[in-house]
Amino acid sequence: MTPDTQKDEFLRVRKIESGIVIDHIPQGNSLRVARILGLDESNQATVSLLMNVPSSSTGLKDIIKIEGRELSERELERIALVAPSATLNVIRGYVVAQKFKAKLPEVVEDVVPCPNPTCISNKEGRPRLHIREHSPLKLQCDYCEKVYSEDEFSF
Amino acid sequence: MNAWKGQDVISTMNWEREAMESVLATAEKMNVAFRKKQRSTTLNGTVMASLFFEPSTRTRVSFKSAMRLLGGEETAFGDPKTSSSAKGESLYDTVKALETQVDVFVIRHPNEGAAAWAAANTDVPVINAGDGNNQHPTQALLDLFTIQQNKKKLDGLTVLLAGDLKYGRTVHSLAYALSKFDGITLQFYSPSTLRMPSFMLKDLREFVKVQELDSMNLADADVIYATRIQKERISDPEEYRKASYRIDLEVMKHAKEDAILMHPLPRVDEIAVEVDRDPRAKYLEQESNGVPVRMAVLSMILGDRS
Ligand SMILES: [Zn+2]
Repeated sequence: MTPDTQKDEFLRVRKIESGIVIDHIPQGNSLRVARILGLDESNQATVSLLMNVPSSSTGLKDIIKIEGRELSERELERIALVAPSATLNVIRGYVVAQKFKAKLPEVVEDVVPCPNPTCISNKEGRPRLHIREHSPLKLQCDYCEKVYSEDEFSF
Repeated sequence: MNAWKGQDVISTMNWEREAMESVLATAEKMNVAFRKKQRSTTLNGTVMASLFFEPSTRTRVSFKSAMRLLGGEETAFGDPKTSSSAKGESLYDTVKALETQVDVFVIRHPNEGAAAWAAANTDVPVINAGDGNNQHPTQALLDLFTIQQNKKKLDGLTVLLAGDLKYGRTVHSLAYALSKFDGITLQFYSPSTLRMPSFMLKDLREFVKVQELDSMNLADADVIYATRIQKERISDPEEYRKASYRIDLEVMKHAKEDAILMHPLPRVDEIAVEVDRDPRAKYLEQESNGVPVRMAVLSMILGDRS
């Protein structure tokens, strides 16, 4: 893939040298994505959180830019859960070195806790859920067998 | 072919009709032996570990009797008040500590998914004897057995399930099991706060006709399956009073002449004791079917070892 220059809207704050830009987050979900990434008061990185940014395809969207950081597999899967439309841009040397869509695997193991507080996996660990329906997204716990929609997962 | 050999018995959610029918056929044979108090040596030398993290004398004794009548042994890790589970030992550690010494686990646990979780962590077959508000699959098998004994069929029946349908694991298990038979209508009656979970209604509608009733209308049911509503599920006493129902001889006048009345027991006030005299009351027979049905399950999972 040929390196792409950063899109203009990434300039809303400023170009970043290295880090990630999470684009096309459904409007209103950026705070949940921020929580997934552990962007709380202990965070040291420079973070730009853009909400209600006009988008050509979906009306309004949210964007998060984090400097000097890459994402783990687990973080990617969690983002895919709350922001299935999100696009991940990995920035290196001011250019987009990698760009891909967040994708939720059919089985998510040890990624999100089961929303059922009395599920055995919340006691013994290693939660495992599988996709029951894609749109709207519904996940079923492999253990307690309950079915949840995306907004029932708390972060 | 015995589809049950070496398998876990966790949830009726994905069961096939043929597999259920094969257990029922075996249970038929076991029932003859059981009623004659005949013991066999089928499971000589096998050990069943009962892991009861929640008290349940009935289910535990039923499994134990089934194992004993087949010549096997039971090792119990019961009484949550004194056993290691109460001291905080995890299900994982308990299963791992015992798996080399036993041939099958029977697990009752207050948390949903416990049996499935255990099964995912051991090669020893696991039987779910009740996991929180989720499932109780051997109860569903003995319920099917009782229905078949009395109605001589499992197809074409209208089955009314009443009580706490949200947290009632016996109802969940039976509803999914019945949904694999033909021409079934499932009728549900519950207080509005204790309705069948919506994803379950959706699942069931793929296979059978589903009706949610707004009153305890027994008139169309071939099988009436009553379950209790636990007081702790409804905090307001007035709400609880309104939500609770009671079947007495007067109410039974509205039921079909050839209907059968079932209950997974123990009952609280749902069925008046006077109803026990009504020939349609089958819950005592239903409970006694627990042993032969569990004999069938155990023999099929552990049997054919020659
Ligand atoms: Zn769960």
